[in-house]
Amino acid sequence: MSLDPATVRRIARLARIGIDESDLPALQRELNGILGWIEQLNEVDVDNVEPMVGTGHAALRMREDVVTDGDAREAVLSNAPDAAGPYYTVPKVVE
Amino acid sequence: MMLTELTIAAAHEGLRRRDFSAEELVGAHLAAIDRLNGRLNAFITVTPEQALAAARRADAILAGGEEAPVLTGIPLGIKDLFCTDGVRTTAASRMLEEFVPPYESTVTANLLADGAVFVGKTNLDEFAMGSANITSVFGAVENPWKRAGDAETVLVPGGSSGGSAAAVAARLAMGATGTDTGGSIRQPASYCGIAGIKPTYGRCSRWGTIAFASSLDQAGPMARTVEDCAILLESMAGFDTRDSTSVDIAVPDYRAACGRSLKGMKVGIPAEYRVAGMPAEIEAAWEQGIAWLREAGCEIVEVSLPYTRYGLATYYIVAPAECSSNLARYDGVRFGRRVPGATLDELYEATRREGFGAEVRRRILMGTYVLSAGYYDAYYLRAQKVRNLIRKDFESAFRTVDVLLTPTAPSPAFAQGEKMDDPVQMYLNDVFTVPASMAGVPAMSVPAGLSASGLPLGLQVIGRSFDEESVFAAASALERAAGFTHRPAVRAEVV
Repeated sequence: MSLDPATVRRIARLARIGIDESDLPALQRELNGILGWIEQLNEVDVDNVEPMVGTGHAALRMREDVVTDGDAREAVLSNAPDAAGPYYTVPKVVE
Repeated sequence: MMLTELTIAAAHEGLRRRDFSAEELVGAHLAAIDRLNGRLNAFITVTPEQALAAARRADAILAGGEEAPVLTGIPLGIKDLFCTDGVRTTAASRMLEEFVPPYESTVTANLLADGAVFVGKTNLDEFAMGSANITSVFGAVENPWKRAGDAETVLVPGGSSGGSAAAVAARLAMGATGTDTGGSIRQPASYCGIAGIKPTYGRCSRWGTIAFASSLDQAGPMARTVEDCAILLESMAGFDTRDSTSVDIAVPDYRAACGRSLKGMKVGIPAEYRVAGMPAEIEAAWEQGIAWLREAGCEIVEVSLPYTRYGLATYYIVAPAECSSNLARYDGVRFGRRVPGATLDELYEATRREGFGAEVRRRILMGTYVLSAGYYDAYYLRAQKVRNLIRKDFESAFRTVDVLLTPTAPSPAFAQGEKMDDPVQMYLNDVFTVPASMAGVPAMSVPAGLSASGLPLGLQVIGRSFDEESVFAAASALERAAGFTHRPAVRAEVV
């Protein structure tokens, strides 16, 4: 499977990473190089094999449904690049 | 006495006897950083005032006559991927260039509770993605080792924990934290002639460690001896309710395990690790390691891990997929760099284009692709299935043997500029380390000798899940047999 420029543009759009038209040839070449190399997995018979989603050593734990954290508004906002009072800011999204 | 030459174990004894103070010990390392960091670039941030203040507190504890924890007053480097309260934490990325965490990671909090002194934050590949420590926005790290007869060529320290490895090898810190997703502790340890262990997945809490690939990321220690790694891991490890993958089992006495007899231990030699084109000196180091373990009383057993040959290709689907998901949080809104845009999407796209370097962008794009509608089954789901087969390979081998012995890396450290044109060539550095990461089992690199070019070569000991003790025992035996006393050309006491 080989990526065409339109697909590279589409992936970049999905990932919300801006790219210039001039980036496309190199990106396309590198991504296709990696994809070509991982094609080797197609020779593995994975019929009836369960996917591994984690090492499975930790069981999910239950706890009391109580607040364990919070009251840290200043700390939470301390690294916001453009906070306004107790809010994050974004460009206008609703016309 | 050259304070920067001591091991952590020896420094602890010296501090207890008051042969020297923690302030002197930390001061000696800060002076070495001052002299060498401009060249090696092992630290992104150095915190001399905090370190000296912490050293004075350690001295007060040591003077108090009570039993001081073993890390009291010991100067450590912290990979700049661990959040440190009030100290800038960058992940070596432009995205987090100004990020100051308002909290402490569990692993570093554990070390601080045991009295450790942090001298600074060590350099790494951006977001821990790389095998040569060349993708840091703060510049590449120089390996303190030099090829014999070639003082000029700058070698890479390996990656991604390259700053930690270089700092420890050059005696700028007595030990350091690393993180290992596909080999990021073990490969740089091998390239820099030190020891480093990736413990079992779930052994060290991931809370407060900047995420790359969550099903693989594990913190671990790097130090100049196996025993020092054992001391550090015992402090770093432990159950943490804030990490849902943290495993609630007791942390054993790793230091005691270093002295265990190997009589009757079964050591597996995986046939599949004899890859085509492996340099003769790597093969020879491996054979030597096998002989050493046999002399130590081990039984050597040939084993087969048929699916490990797919480890690297599987890794380069699973890790980018998880990376693309994890790094979605860098949106230019809540924290980190922000590049303005007229619309929210333009803000995202401009921020993420400028905030991430080329390798990180490449992995996010690859991950986005393998997770996208229509390709998920063909790539991601298939990779998860192959990963299961790799894990089963290890499980079946560990029904017969106690540990596995392999080389850590397919070559000694290479020069800056080599292997940089083709991402796949760079990825191949991790061919021996990635399978253990995929399976989640513990693995350690220990220096075994020098290459013909005078550079360190590491051997890797892989163990059963949660049996770091056998790994420490075998690695200690290799360390004793190797008697590795070589030191890098660039180090604290060389002016």
